[in-house]
Amino acid sequence: MDFRDTPEEAAFRTRVRTWLEANAQPRHNDDERFDEGMNEEQRLAAAKEWQGRKAGAGYAAITWPKEAGGLGGTPMQQVIYNQEEGKFLVPRMVFEVSMGMCLPTVAMWAAPELKARYLPPGLAGKEIWCQLFSEPSAGSDTGGIRMRAEKQGEEWVINGQKVWTSSAQFCDYGILLTRSDWDKPKQEGLTMFIVDMKAPGVEVRPIHQMSGDSEFNEVFFTDVRIADSHRLGPECGGWKVMLSTLMTERLSVGGNLPTNLHEGLITLARKARWNGRPAIEDARVKAGIADAYLAMHGLELLLARGITAVSQGKTPGPEMSITKLVGAKGMQDIAGFAMELAGAEGLLTHDTLGQEWRFMQRLWLSAPGARLAGGTDEVLKNVIAERVLGLPGEVRSDRKIPFRELER
Amino acid sequence: MNFDFSDDQRLLQEEVRKMLAATSTSAEVRKTLAGEAPYSAAVWRQLLDMGAAAAAIPEAYGGAGLGYLELCLVAEEAGRHLAPVPLASSIYLAAEALLQGGSEAQKQHWLPRIAKGEIIATAALGSAETYLTAAPLHFDGSTLNGSVSALPDGSVAGLAILRHDDELLLVDLAAAGVSRRTLPSLDPTRPYAEISFAATPAQRLGAGNCAALAQRVLDAAAVLLAFEQVGGAARTLDMSRDYALERKAFGRQIGGFQALKHKMADIYTRNEMARVHAYYGAWALSSQAPELPVAAAAARVAATTAYNYAAEEAIEIHGGIGYTWEMDCHLHLRRARYLGQLIGSVHAWRARLGDELVKGAA
Repeated sequence: MDFRDTPEEAAFRTRVRTWLEANAQPRHNDDERFDEGMNEEQRLAAAKEWQGRKAGAGYAAITWPKEAGGLGGTPMQQVIYNQEEGKFLVPRMVFEVSMGMCLPTVAMWAAPELKARYLPPGLAGKEIWCQLFSEPSAGSDTGGIRMRAEKQGEEWVINGQKVWTSSAQFCDYGILLTRSDWDKPKQEGLTMFIVDMKAPGVEVRPIHQMSGDSEFNEVFFTDVRIADSHRLGPECGGWKVMLSTLMTERLSVGGNLPTNLHEGLITLARKARWNGRPAIEDARVKAGIADAYLAMHGLELLLARGITAVSQGKTPGPEMSITKLVGAKGMQDIAGFAMELAGAEGLLTHDTLGQEWRFMQRLWLSAPGARLAGGTDEVLKNVIAERVLGLPGEVRSDRKIPFRELER
Repeated sequence: MNFDFSDDQRLLQEEVRKMLAATSTSAEVRKTLAGEAPYSAAVWRQLLDMGAAAAAIPEAYGGAGLGYLELCLVAEEAGRHLAPVPLASSIYLAAEALLQGGSEAQKQHWLPRIAKGEIIATAALGSAETYLTAAPLHFDGSTLNGSVSALPDGSVAGLAILRHDDELLLVDLAAAGVSRRTLPSLDPTRPYAEISFAATPAQRLGAGNCAALAQRVLDAAAVLLAFEQVGGAARTLDMSRDYALERKAFGRQIGGFQALKHKMADIYTRNEMARVHAYYGAWALSSQAPELPVAAAAARVAATTAYNYAAEEAIEIHGGIGYTWEMDCHLHLRRARYLGQLIGSVHAWRARLGDELVKGAA
């Protein structure tokens, strides 16, 4: 048992780190961001430039074969790259969906000429992709989507609305889940497409989140036309294509998680005063610091178990679902506890309290979203109960009924 | 990155698991529950003969000379099978204190006896919490007077290592002036005794900083106990899951109700958090890492809360049948308390974790 790299892993880490040092600025703390002071256009340009540079060095898709523009590397090398990149101030989010979900789906299901058309520019950062699955009436229950796809000759006509689409306002293409047959049961009438996000009839509206940010969008489709050649997988085979997309969502065991939040608490508790004494001296505060460590270092250790499996050539299974459960709730609890350190003044924003509060306050505002994104706590608990513990699935009344007959 | 045990270590674990499944049965554990025996001599003998109990004692002192990682996996299996044996008292505490602090002569004399099972040893290294007021210990450099109120396996122990002010004392319990009184416990499978001393010969354990030594031993014990707790918690969840699949109510398996699914997902999550903290403790212990105080305290807190929760909720999931004497649920509820309080409560260890983290961030 040890936390060291194998000699091969260490050599790859050195190679990656050398390249990163030559191409990016190091990150000094969790609060530091690459895009400080940038507007949206500058941020997007920086993200595209960085993706292009990564692709040039082979790091854009480490596990892809060399002939497809990858590095022909192992999943463990991808993990190592993520860990090292997390120590540098580089754009990370914009291409996450392209590389983690969309392009692998295109690679798996598209015709050869479409792969040749879409994969190289996607990899090189020239085009950005989004994923269009969720709808206002179909969140956790993705099989209940109502986006209508009607075949007219060699084309499909698309009408409906998607929601919670990351970066849709910048995107060039998307993978779109639609309902093409309303007489089949819900999961059997779905079809997946590649959609041109600049096509006539596509309208993107940003969602104003409770954090004040707008990372997600609503996307409206009005008589949008897609050529049948841009279908991914068979007609009415969309559910299987979607599952494959979710399966390829790469193991996010990179180096960007705030697993040392107890240190942030210590910094704040040294300055806060409880009953006239430094809060850090109070046993209740120290217990809170201990609990923060238990949650977030525990998360780091869970990830270390996952990385160990990857390093041994195994694929971590549904048991890794608990990392998001623990991480998101841990963030919320710790950020809330941090606020309590300052009592009534803990409600003041970091503009007044000081920059040392900025990261915790941002966490507090983002934690409710983190508990929902990529599966709610409740969905993940079902995953653990059913797929890890072998307990029965939920009673379903909608499995065999034609979708159009389902009560709405 | 290899945050896992080796194949050889897993093989040893598997052998211990098989042996305990065959010997540390519910019927065997219940002999100690009924007070028919203070521990299971049969299970203890097997653990000794396999070299499992003395896995971390060097061969030079009669042990198997394997290491802490192996002993951790033995502990996990002992916890899983509720083994009613003096592992904590004799191995995690007393043998560890001798190994870490004993003089060469003390080690040569006592460790082989412990490793071969010729004697059982016990220890009281200081707990943050006390309630009883025992006659205070008085040591004049050669003889000991006074009493210790709750020594694990004290009724059968042949050696005691005791914290007295700033010293650790080594007492041969076969010597003159030793009297014992077995004390009824809420976990009768792991009994305590009060031991009194009247001019009993005793000696100092080694030399040097006793507080640091005691803490080092307690840290090791915290990691090893955490593995017992992780094993017990995993077994308890297995029992709950199996019962929830078998029992039907309202026309369905009760394991299909989301209230119970989510409860068991919560138990699983806490169990796995306890497991990774225990693994990290095992790494720190076996590699003599400076992270040991933090890792041990974290393992202690995570494993204690996980096992208590798993054992309490197991009875809830089983319903009325879980509250009966015949079901093993209460054996785990009792054992969870014993393991979780033996070297001080979760509150003391959480405080220690907080102190160490603040110190480390200086």
